[in-house]
Amino acid sequence: MFQNFDFDVIARTWQVLIFQGLAFTLEVTVLAMVGGIVFGTLLAMMLLSSLKPMSWIAATYVNALRSIPLVLVIFWFYFLVPYIGAWVIGSPTPIKVGAFTSALVTFILFEACYYCEIMRAGIQSIASGQANAGYALGMTYWQVMRQIVLPQAFRNMTPVLLTQTIILFQDVSLVYIISLPDFVTMASKVAQRDGRLVEMYLFVAVVYFAICLFLSFWVKRLQTRIAIAR
Amino acid sequence: MNYHWNWGIFWELSPDASGTYLQTLFSGLRWTLATGLTAWVVALALGLIIGTVRTTPWVWGVRLGNAYVELFRNIPLLVQMFLWFFVVPELLPAAIGTWLKQLPNSSFWTAVVALAFFTSARVAEQVRAGIGSLPRGQLAAGTALGLTLAQTYRYVLLPMALRIVLPPLTSEFLNIIKNTAVALTIGLMELTASTRSMQEFSFQIFEAFTAATLIYLVVNGVVVLAMRSLERWLAVPGYIGGRST
Repeated sequence: MFQNFDFDVIARTWQVLIFQGLAFTLEVTVLAMVGGIVFGTLLAMMLLSSLKPMSWIAATYVNALRSIPLVLVIFWFYFLVPYIGAWVIGSPTPIKVGAFTSALVTFILFEACYYCEIMRAGIQSIASGQANAGYALGMTYWQVMRQIVLPQAFRNMTPVLLTQTIILFQDVSLVYIISLPDFVTMASKVAQRDGRLVEMYLFVAVVYFAICLFLSFWVKRLQTRIAIAR
Repeated sequence: MNYHWNWGIFWELSPDASGTYLQTLFSGLRWTLATGLTAWVVALALGLIIGTVRTTPWVWGVRLGNAYVELFRNIPLLVQMFLWFFVVPELLPAAIGTWLKQLPNSSFWTAVVALAFFTSARVAEQVRAGIGSLPRGQLAAGTALGLTLAQTYRYVLLPMALRIVLPPLTSEFLNIIKNTAVALTIGLMELTASTRSMQEFSFQIFEAFTAATLIYLVVNGVVVLAMRSLERWLAVPGYIGGRST
């Protein structure tokens, strides 16, 4: 089974694949996580807002984006972002947007929907008496959110947010469809150039498996630690 | 913005000689549904078995079940598709590998297998959580009544646990339909791939993507409604879900 296995192709290319491909994947993951959590939290606050139109807008956005495949969303933004950019700066022709920016915008806007659901649960898990106590002390909505509700919501939801980030890390591999130089795309380029599909795809699978397994164990440990402290 | 809108494009003939662009999209939808449903049946069966085994006192079964779930959860779906499509036929004995590669609709079958295993790990996780959420006394009561372990699962634990996991399973079902879109990378002409081909032939980017988005939204809505009525139909009065009736 493995007699034709060519370890040399991995030995030749792993540095490029890891330090460029995987680094790109991680960069998109981390930036999209930060952006997604910020935007997702804002969406969750809108969703729970007492202003009906606000919560309708947020609910429609979240539900719509969650019912279409990420692949389709990636294509949507890939073609749409140049037009939106042109509209924003008032240019008559679609502007050129780097594939990186387009992918990053896509993942922030898409993952925000999932982070939003998590943060909604997090905010709702804080006893409403705490927010009311804040208002009674004369704090504004933003002060209550920033100083009372959100810090606790984040703390309670950290394991779930991180689990979602592991999913995001796996989802970033889908930028393959718009040929961004992520880990999978670069590996598949090497695979096709050298005719070594078996070795390359197994290598990719093993690396992803190792990273995700490590991260999920770490999240599990974090979860028990948080649970004890609470 | 000088984008040339043309909503009549759906009734124009597509150059791949399969009819109008609308028909192209609906043929894509058929592939999406066929792939999603076939894979769902397999995923559900595998997930139920593995999820149940993971709650039994059978140590090796639990370990194998955990390993299975970790394996299929920690590799991106795209990479799993590539493994099934490019790698597995090479690792099998040459004759079987060649037969697999020459199979008609090989990308369909590969997509089904990949999606089924990928989703079965998630179903197994939900089923395990569902059984775990039952009061411990239920297992003890079953045993006290003289039921065997298998009977306790069959008549006491599973009927209740499956009702509990129905809502999360609905979202897994929606996910498997959405995830069929990943199969465009191995050449399956499902809905997103058809949309892409329509966009490439007609240059009507936004009409094509709008139509696909609407179709996905409708499919989603239909599934959600159907599962809700299934939940209501299966609800046990006085127990979870029963209060909504």
